[in-house]
Amino acid sequence: MRITRVLSATALMFGLAVAPAVADSSPSPSASEDSGAPSQAGTSFRTAAEFEQGQTATASASTGDYLYWSFPADAGQRPTVKATVKLPDTHAAETWQIDVYDGLRRRQACQYGAQTRTAPANAASVELDCVLRTVRAWSEPWADDPLPGTYYIRLTVVDVPTSDLGLPVGAEVRADSKDVGGAAAVDGSLAEPLVPGVAVKSREDEESSSASAVLSSIEPEDGWASGWWSDRWVWTAIGGALAALAGVGGYTLTRGSGRPTRVPPGA
Amino acid sequence: MIRTQRLAAGVCALLAALTAGIAFPAGANADETTATAPKVDLVIDVSGSMRAKDIDGQSRMAAAKQAFNEVLDATPEEVQLGIRTLGANYPGDDRKTGCKDTAQLYPVGPLDRTEAKTAVATLTPTGWTPIGPALLKAAEDLDGGEGSKRIVLISDGEDTCAPLDPCEVAREIAAKGIGLTIDTLGLVPNTKLRQQLSCIAEATGGTFTSVEHTDELTDKVNQLVDRAADPVVTPVATTGADQCAKAPTLKSGLYTDREEFGQQRWYRVDVPDGYELRASVSAAADREVNPSYGLLLRATTERGREIVRGEAAGNGRTDAISTGLRYPKAEREDVEGEVAPETVCLQVTHSFSAAGGVKTTPGLPLELTVDVVHGPDASSDVAAFGLGRGWWLLGALVLTGFLAGLVWGWLSRWRVAVWRTN
Repeated sequence: MRITRVLSATALMFGLAVAPAVADSSPSPSASEDSGAPSQAGTSFRTAAEFEQGQTATASASTGDYLYWSFPADAGQRPTVKATVKLPDTHAAETWQIDVYDGLRRRQACQYGAQTRTAPANAASVELDCVLRTVRAWSEPWADDPLPGTYYIRLTVVDVPTSDLGLPVGAEVRADSKDVGGAAAVDGSLAEPLVPGVAVKSREDEESSSASAVLSSIEPEDGWASGWWSDRWVWTAIGGALAALAGVGGYTLTRGSGRPTRVPPGA
Repeated sequence: MIRTQRLAAGVCALLAALTAGIAFPAGANADETTATAPKVDLVIDVSGSMRAKDIDGQSRMAAAKQAFNEVLDATPEEVQLGIRTLGANYPGDDRKTGCKDTAQLYPVGPLDRTEAKTAVATLTPTGWTPIGPALLKAAEDLDGGEGSKRIVLISDGEDTCAPLDPCEVAREIAAKGIGLTIDTLGLVPNTKLRQQLSCIAEATGGTFTSVEHTDELTDKVNQLVDRAADPVVTPVATTGADQCAKAPTLKSGLYTDREEFGQQRWYRVDVPDGYELRASVSAAADREVNPSYGLLLRATTERGREIVRGEAAGNGRTDAISTGLRYPKAEREDVEGEVAPETVCLQVTHSFSAAGGVKTTPGLPLELTVDVVHGPDASSDVAAFGLGRGWWLLGALVLTGFLAGLVWGWLSRWRVAVWRTN
């Protein structure tokens, strides 16, 4: 009797405990395909073409151009930026590079991925990728951790002979992200996401509603996360429940069936 | 995104006009629109070498004309387009006269497609290639207004009018701070032309394209004209001081400045309690610079104590280097009443060095964004709300619960035993 009770309790514990681990590994949805993705790139931070994560932005450009795009990344995401450059039929060896900058125009490090790659002469294309660090909801002002907001991608050729300057190339970039979940959760939030020009934008909203150009009008499809939810709630709640169960278990173990065993029945 | 915004705005305006039941007279708000209308000046080389028949079997001139006709058809309504020629009129050998040969074929303004096309049809390859003077004149053509300005230079040969270096001309035009971009297209370019045209483009943040087919030319010019029509934020020109006390006070916005090699620039920003200062700066390399460079942005108090800094360093080919910082100022609770905002000094220094033989004035262009946003910036715990996660947490909780249960059970058993004994 007691054994079955203990067994079922263990099974229950196990089942509950597995739940958050499963919740952890859900990948971010990449539902929308290329609808409204820009077909050209900007040439500076100011003119960067905006696209959403999961979209593939394209551009036709010339070798030597500096191509800029921007996309939003929110807390708990670990963005991966991929770029493919289609090179002209004949060309010398050239080195391409992607750099990712955050909303404060600080260069963000790539954890891994081929950020710089040299295409051998006459290669048809070159592929680059960069896996960023996990975006945190908050960090100290002295740290350069990735924070929620606009991310800029700069794609350019860094080493090219003059004879290849100006040749037409086609570029494709894509940003996807892995949802890291509560492991990266911090108790804190920014006043506003790191979107350049956000102060100017909110001031204009108050004064007049005239549609004027903004530095960055970027926002994730479902808005910025408020920052209070993380799967830590689930872990902690399950931990509490399990602790209560274990407590009951421990109690029944020592307390026995409600009567001291030494006392004869009917005493 | 910007495009859709514009479209939505257009649709709204149209709806409003329809529901009101009145069509606006065309000239009613012409002043407003012309002030901010994007302007494009197409500068075309009509020098003798344009006769060469090496673009899809036709002459360069014919290819350019065909491309122009298609571009004129596709130009968006709001763009004010002009056409300027260089080397179109003087066929002689006198270098001095030949190098002044640039003329406005079609003035920058609202586009009359038929008129513009007729003008283009009259062009015949003639004279010299005075790129520098043509750029200067084109910049004058575009003068005035607050919209974006773009010169599209189409040439098939390098400038034949030394010593006026067109690259330096481009840099000086950019230094006027009128937000002008020069894009260059080279028709079947040789190495020297590539160098010269890409230098002109880089000096103003534009692009260089080498063209060998007519459709490439059409596509590229169309793309550039469309790009001019995209609304962008126009930065405000400012001049930083060499020390904080004399520095200009900036509000939230986008600013440009010039900073010479070895100079430092100071700006001031007022940050009230409970606000956060965000500043980022980019220094553009608009000329040939040595391959190692850096940029430092420091926020200090008025007395010179450093609060926070942003730094960046790099090497190799680049258009700009940028960094940023943020400084959240906590809300103070012990102070009653209005508190004067704190003045934060921003210092910008770059460590670019000019490559040999490159002019060091005007300085490199800086672009500065300042955002002062209201709101909290706080964290009380590394973990979210003090919550935990992971198997160790579960284990620890279960173990503690179990031990507590054991002790509790033992206690109650002991109590019952004591009660029974008594």
